[in-house]
Amino acid sequence: MHIVVAIKHIPSIADELPVRHNNIDFDSVDFVLNEWDEHSIEQAVLIKEAVGGTVTVIGVDVIGELDNALHLALAKGADRAVKIAAEEPGADSHQQAKWLAEAIQNMSPDLILSGVQASNDLDGQLGPLIAAYLDLPYIGGTSAIEVTNGKAMVLKEFPGGIGMRYEIALPFVAGVQAAPKPPRYAPVSKVRQIAQTAKVETIEPGEGESGGLRFLKMAPPVVTGHAEMIQGTAKEIAARIVELLKSRGLL
Amino acid sequence: MSGDVMVITEHMEGKFSDVSFELVGKARELAEAFGGESIALVLGEGVDASVFASHATLHMADAALNHFNPEAYARVIEALVKERSPRLVMFGWTVIGMDLAAWLSGRMGVPCVAYAKDVRVENGALVVSSQAYGGKLIAEVSPEGEMAIVACLAGSFPAEAGHGSTQATVIPSPVDLGGLKMKFLEVIKPEAGDVDITTQTRLVAVGRGIGGKENIELAEELAEKLGAVVCASRPVVDAGWLPRTRQVGKSGLKVKPKLYFMLGISGAPEHLEGMKDAELIIAINTDKKAPIFNVAHYGAVADLFEVTEAMLELL
Repeated sequence: MHIVVAIKHIPSIADELPVRHNNIDFDSVDFVLNEWDEHSIEQAVLIKEAVGGTVTVIGVDVIGELDNALHLALAKGADRAVKIAAEEPGADSHQQAKWLAEAIQNMSPDLILSGVQASNDLDGQLGPLIAAYLDLPYIGGTSAIEVTNGKAMVLKEFPGGIGMRYEIALPFVAGVQAAPKPPRYAPVSKVRQIAQTAKVETIEPGEGESGGLRFLKMAPPVVTGHAEMIQGTAKEIAARIVELLKSRGLL
Repeated sequence: MSGDVMVITEHMEGKFSDVSFELVGKARELAEAFGGESIALVLGEGVDASVFASHATLHMADAALNHFNPEAYARVIEALVKERSPRLVMFGWTVIGMDLAAWLSGRMGVPCVAYAKDVRVENGALVVSSQAYGGKLIAEVSPEGEMAIVACLAGSFPAEAGHGSTQATVIPSPVDLGGLKMKFLEVIKPEAGDVDITTQTRLVAVGRGIGGKENIELAEELAEKLGAVVCASRPVVDAGWLPRTRQVGKSGLKVKPKLYFMLGISGAPEHLEGMKDAELIIAINTDKKAPIFNVAHYGAVADLFEVTEAMLELL
């Protein structure tokens, strides 16, 4: 059983997102691992623990700082870490998926996982694109994947707490919404130790091909309304809120 | 290449989702601008397909498509799009559309725009506004080439314009749906027993800012004082801090309470989809640029723990 997890290094939306030339000013933002990738890594390790096999984590190194994310994945139980050294911070999902699909094809995977989405998936997500390039089916929004005898039992989430179960023959690509268990914690000491000893394999990117979107403009949303901001200390804010709730008959 | 605009509709248990009507309404307008027709595509049996205002409705009434099967849907849509060469294919950016739009884009080699909020034709060119980076930025993009795919956020267009009575034409599946790798097994309904957050008049909603499971208790305490129930944004539920029955948003439940009191939720588009119609929205967040402050009625840039503690002292 060989599970490949395709991860994405993306601009952190916790910070300011300055814009330059109709796109993010990539020099002025921090890059972080896509939050859903934590779940796809966890899901992969859970399957490995249940049925054995190996987990390979692979991502496009868009700014040359992917090692940290790869070390963390190794500390959590991945066996092999691979980066595609593209150093193109603006590489879109199509471009990244092309590179990833090429690399993954040579790995003979039984199952490919990715995060269900990323906040910079303007041209679509990695998972379905990798599936399309490898001529594999794709299912997203998964919250549980169990593997037995060349098949997977997959739970996909729908709104309102509804789930649908599927039986899927390997190999295929799944976009993970959530692992069945919260992503495990890797102690800093372990990550540090791995950073010193682990080998991250490097692949040079091939041709790639962008998703064909011409950027005309990028800007914060035009604000049509804004909350009335309550100023002051926490105590003053609390008092104002309580007063507000009373005036509305909510207290 | 035609000027047609094809909409992939979605239905569950015999009912079309609102986003299907929203897309059909928009598709009619866009098709007219392109000099083509709007075509609603309905997949699967067990639904009355003659309910759209599209120029044409195609109904592939095949039992293999009754429940959403990502592989079957993808193969059928790919074949039909190849056959008809529409100018634009529209999906909802939903748990269904998210499985199909980018896959189709990769297969067809045509551009795809996700998180779309607005789609329009400017001087003959297609322009899409897309809500990226958790709603912090709006990107205006123009897809190159003669065909494009857009996946639109629910609630982007009025649904009324999509309602109609165009007689659906039943068509056979263009591909053999035997021998699929994916087999639909069953629908699992949520377990009863927990509170139903959609019927509550007051909700205290916690987001990632709550920090950990151990802090949920504080929110529970506040909720009790307010006669409210605690609900959450997706990351909190994914982390296992609250059950899925408490999740508000696109992949959770839609709520419309009298009070929606938000602690540490930044306001990603997916969450807003589930709560933006609440009567009174108050948001506490440490990020003064959090998108939630564009939606909330009242807001405060503050530490949620300090404000909650202070409120508990007063109540």
